[in-house]
Amino acid sequence: MMNKQTALQKRYDVLIIGSGVVGSALARELSRYQLNVAVLEKELDVCTETSGRNSGVIHAGFNNKPGSLMAKFCVEGCLGYGVVADEIDIPFSRTGKLVVGFDDEDRKKLQALKEAGEQNGVPGLEIVESDVIRDKAPAILGEMALYSPMTGITNPFLYTVALAENAVQNGVSLWLNHEVTAIEQVDDGYQVQTTQGVFESRWVINCAGLFADRVARMVGIDDYTIYPCRGEYLVLDKELGSQLPLPAYPVPNIREGGLGIHLTPTTDGNILVGPSTDYIDEHTDYGTTRSILDLLMREGRKIFPPLNPSAVIRTFAGVRPKLVSRTTGGYADFVIEHRPETRHFINMVGLESPGLTAAVPIARNVISIIGEYEDLRENPSFNPCREGILSFKDQTPERQESLIHENPDYGVVVCRCEGITQAEILAAIRNPLGVTTLSGIKNRSRAMMGRCQGGYCQIRIAELIMAEQNRSEESVMLARKGSRTFVGKVRPS
Amino acid sequence: MTTQNRSVIIIGGGPAGLAAAAALRQQGVEDILILEREHDLGGILRQCIHDGFGLTRFKEALSGPEYAARFVDTVQQAGIEVMTDITVTELHADRTVVATARSGRYVFKAQAVILAMGCRERTRGAIQIPGSRPAGVYTAGIAQAYMNLKNIMIGRSAVILGSGDIGLIMARRLTLEGASVKGVFEIQPYPSGLPRNITQCLDDYDIPLFLSHTVTAIHGTKRLTGVTVSQVDSSFRPIPDTEKEWTCDTLILSVGLIPENELSKMAGVLLDPRTKGPRVDEHYQTSVAGIFAAGNVLHVHDLVDFVSLEAERLAESVGDYLKQAPADEEAVPVEADPELAYTVPQLVRADRDLTVSCRVRRPLNRVRISIWQNDQKHVTRRFRRAIPAEMIHLTVPKEKLVPGEPLKVVVEHE
Repeated sequence: MMNKQTALQKRYDVLIIGSGVVGSALARELSRYQLNVAVLEKELDVCTETSGRNSGVIHAGFNNKPGSLMAKFCVEGCLGYGVVADEIDIPFSRTGKLVVGFDDEDRKKLQALKEAGEQNGVPGLEIVESDVIRDKAPAILGEMALYSPMTGITNPFLYTVALAENAVQNGVSLWLNHEVTAIEQVDDGYQVQTTQGVFESRWVINCAGLFADRVARMVGIDDYTIYPCRGEYLVLDKELGSQLPLPAYPVPNIREGGLGIHLTPTTDGNILVGPSTDYIDEHTDYGTTRSILDLLMREGRKIFPPLNPSAVIRTFAGVRPKLVSRTTGGYADFVIEHRPETRHFINMVGLESPGLTAAVPIARNVISIIGEYEDLRENPSFNPCREGILSFKDQTPERQESLIHENPDYGVVVCRCEGITQAEILAAIRNPLGVTTLSGIKNRSRAMMGRCQGGYCQIRIAELIMAEQNRSEESVMLARKGSRTFVGKVRPS
Repeated sequence: MTTQNRSVIIIGGGPAGLAAAAALRQQGVEDILILEREHDLGGILRQCIHDGFGLTRFKEALSGPEYAARFVDTVQQAGIEVMTDITVTELHADRTVVATARSGRYVFKAQAVILAMGCRERTRGAIQIPGSRPAGVYTAGIAQAYMNLKNIMIGRSAVILGSGDIGLIMARRLTLEGASVKGVFEIQPYPSGLPRNITQCLDDYDIPLFLSHTVTAIHGTKRLTGVTVSQVDSSFRPIPDTEKEWTCDTLILSVGLIPENELSKMAGVLLDPRTKGPRVDEHYQTSVAGIFAAGNVLHVHDLVDFVSLEAERLAESVGDYLKQAPADEEAVPVEADPELAYTVPQLVRADRDLTVSCRVRRPLNRVRISIWQNDQKHVTRRFRRAIPAEMIHLTVPKEKLVPGEPLKVVVEHE
């Protein structure tokens, strides 16, 4: 559980700013060593921004420029993802992926993607014809496609949560609701001011994602600007899920700075349609817009005709932390740097897609930089394994029976759409990171994610949160600081 | 795990399930089991603390809990077996019912299964309201449950989208508890709730109703700070430059109800895309033999009284079904006039008295609605005004019906 007392002059060897997927992967990788590590997170949960708001695709690495860090770390991350997913018990499926084309020009572009991918070391890429598309995904339109067998899908939220949980289990401190306000270089490292006290650390690692430029400026690195670029999504009902066994993408328009509006199955059996590519002014403006939602429907139908408005159960948006502006377009490579004038400050900026896939290799790269200055000794008690919440509905009838017998809370179905039991909700509420928001419980348990969107279970879950933590109505938060769900009691009880 | 054999299993202990159980017992059916996932019987009525229930069925005005209590008492006095705190997780076409409770996992095999699961609310996601995702956006039914069952106050100033009955009732409820309700916005050019609720819940409290308006954006990153409302044209498209900002901390959605048929689909029951409930014959039997449906799981009702009456008609047929082999008269379709949104039943066998329930698609003045078979008019009803909010019922005695001949429900303008 999180330490609730105010942090005053806490001293660490390594301080990570930001608990997105890169910060959390780095925390876990650092916990393999005998280091005192902490993570500062401004929000009430991990991966509240970009890391939790994306397609959840583990990319093979053919979209990235040969020779770039993006290409190198993406390919490494994709090849190694299965091992990590097993260790930290999160869903991952190597579904493969189709990039579909319709004419000769598309075919040329697909050929170019294939060649770039092969240069990057992506195995198994092939150009296939419509019969193979039909065979792999009968509902997908296309005359030809680039087929990538290594591409997979994961749950980006659970991935980050699991990395952070495993880090915390191995001794890392996670300070939620601690926003960094200033950083000062001191003799043996840095003094980091937050909204809840001052921290000191020999190393500071900038994993601040959308706000990485601001954090960099706090130590005097002022040559980067993050351009927030929003992508909106539709979430489709599971009823359509079986019609899309693998992600299907259009031929990307690189200039746009996104991979095009595509269709991705989720590890839970829904489908995501998106994302769009729109530069916005505010970094956390996650609003969706009528015009883009309509565009997603039109574009999605071009490759997936079963798409229809009545299948939509939710919409959401994510924001890419891009280093290139609207006018420049395209992609800039990841920045991972250690400058002589800001010794022991590792600056990472522009970690946009494929950051989810590349997070672990990025983290290992950071550790190799630290290793040039520190004698890194292995942590003998490091345990790479973390257990997720057991899914009752996926068990055999016999196992279900014995689970209920051991713990009757398994017999209480709280979320009927997703079949989530009270035992699973309570496990989510008692999560190792001490997160208590409704969204945090939702993302950990899947409750409230189904077609009724919490219509039946939200009330019970809010009650369980209040009862478990002895909270008042006013202190139940939806997601962010100040996102009060209730204003009090109707009448004094 | 042993399978328990039962005559009748009723899934859901709300108004439909309770009425069906009580009526079945009256016919002498002994082995009835009601499965209810909540701790108490009564379904949605438990949270409907306002009055106005029972005017048709009992000729008096009752609150929701009072109305439910009448049936709960009957069920209990009749000694009908009830399991609460149990959730049905599977239903199969062979009428195997799997359920879980704290006491374990149960497998039942029933001669007849009655679907009485009610309905759920349409959500923000389903109608794709653009904007941010702050706290303070509730469907009307959730808001009602928080306030009436849990004593939790959800907000201080509200905008209500949709003029469904629960939304209208929540407008009044929030006002009575000191919240300010800025207005009710309805995308259609007419209200979707009952006229009496417009009068009693809005007019009496000076809450404005804006027709042909909808919420086009939601604002706020933490708690809701306001919504943008626009006027819409006849195809429901927002009209540019009619946007108006409304400050509020709560948005209540009353944008429709959807019959809850997850279990029905699992059993292979065919649904009617118009009602989103099972296609049934006049016995309320679905496309799967021995599986019956009544109440809001079948089609969304305006009044609970009609749910009870429908479930009682269903019980008559289930009683017959248990006694003898199912009717072998061929089912023929009921054809709905284009002015009608749907009819229930969708099929007839013409071997029992028939009640057809339907709704008009849009408000109509001075119409006659009739049931025809060939060139024979069986029944006709005249309406000075027919509105989508009000369900219409037409009955035809068995003697008049000709088996094997399709029925037509016809709307004529006078």
